[in-house]
Amino acid sequence: MNGAQDLGGAHGFGPVVPEPDEPVFHAAWERRVFALAMAMGYTGAWNLDGSRANRESLPPAEYLASSYYEIWLKALEKQVVATGLATPAEMESGRSAEPAKPVARVLAREGLEQRFRAGFPSSRAADAPARFAVDDAVLARNIHPTGHTRLPRYVRGKRGRIVRVDGVFVFPDTNAYRAGENPTWLYTVAFTARELWGESGDPGGVVTVAAFEPYLDPA
Amino acid sequence: MSHDHAQHSHDHHDHHHGSDLSPVEARVRALESLLTEKGYVDPAALDALVELYETKVGPHAGARVVARAWTDPAFRARLLADATPAIAELGIGGRGGEHMVVVENTPEIHNLVVCTLCSCYPWPVLGLPPVWYKAPPYRARAVIDPRGVLAEFGVTLPETTRITVWDSTAETRYMVLPMRPAGTDGFSEEALAALVTRDSMIGTGLPEAIPAAPAEMPV
Repeated sequence: MNGAQDLGGAHGFGPVVPEPDEPVFHAAWERRVFALAMAMGYTGAWNLDGSRANRESLPPAEYLASSYYEIWLKALEKQVVATGLATPAEMESGRSAEPAKPVARVLAREGLEQRFRAGFPSSRAADAPARFAVDDAVLARNIHPTGHTRLPRYVRGKRGRIVRVDGVFVFPDTNAYRAGENPTWLYTVAFTARELWGESGDPGGVVTVAAFEPYLDPA
Repeated sequence: MSHDHAQHSHDHHDHHHGSDLSPVEARVRALESLLTEKGYVDPAALDALVELYETKVGPHAGARVVARAWTDPAFRARLLADATPAIAELGIGGRGGEHMVVVENTPEIHNLVVCTLCSCYPWPVLGLPPVWYKAPPYRARAVIDPRGVLAEFGVTLPETTRITVWDSTAETRYMVLPMRPAGTDGFSEEALAALVTRDSMIGTGLPEAIPAAPAEMPV
């Protein structure tokens, strides 16, 4: 969706402000939000793409006015209610009033570190040949899905070149809505800075994005 | 919330009474309490997640990868060809790093990593991302004005060095392999790893420089 999350190329946000010796978390509640989001994702009630879709569908003014973990918290609260894991009244009171809904799995302390150090791959087996090969010229399609997508606006309608065929991965645009993993070929596409930004592009500069096959046309 | 007593001047982390919780703290506490009561999350697992990402997973892991690549040409070749299994040789991997790509800085090309759409970042090698990486200024400007962003980090590249920006728009995760600093011949892998900063693996920094040894210093 053309939401506030799609920030590439935007002006007016000011300088980057690094924080020396920055802690991993800035408040105790951030630790809990991080862990709750991880643990609730593990239940299988939704997936990572669904979480991203919920975060970016916050109203733009609210998205930009919220801190990172506030965005996570708001999306998590939405997801808990939307999937029927709790009612709005329970969310308000913080107390359970209805029976719990069954979930696929609950994250336990035992084995947790091994589980997270093993990871959760989103690559899948190919069931069709790749449409594009390295060095192919491609056009990022000028599409504007109202739902979740991972093709940033700043490359849409621009010409690039395939620099790597990454493999077949879960397709976020459908997976976010539990409408199927639809394993899809993924490519790294390089665009010149001049193609993306015209005369203001850094001479010799290149920007790459990872683009799923349906985002691309031959050029 | 009461603001008219002596606690006003105390650190908020000293407060443990419900009435002293900020709205967001109260909201997170209610959510954790509800999800725990429902049996969807185990607080001990949440504690373990926080401990893992606050104290164990961090840029020291990426620094080991870089130092190994600087000292072992065969490892470097494997790392650049297929990073995930090469990194796994050092026992490093997991959530947010299932599909790693390592990009090498050279005198001709400097690499910079961003996620314009959210906050994708290679957790197993760098830990959780700093606030600036997730915030709008960096996400907006890294792709359109990388040289300006680098200047704010105190990095000025030669005009002849071209910049490639890697926008992390899918589950592939990028880590920069910085150039080995001059004057480090004969350094142990451990000594080299100590020079590798987090920012040098994002591309917003360079490894620590080695001060020229005074003439009288034995080598």
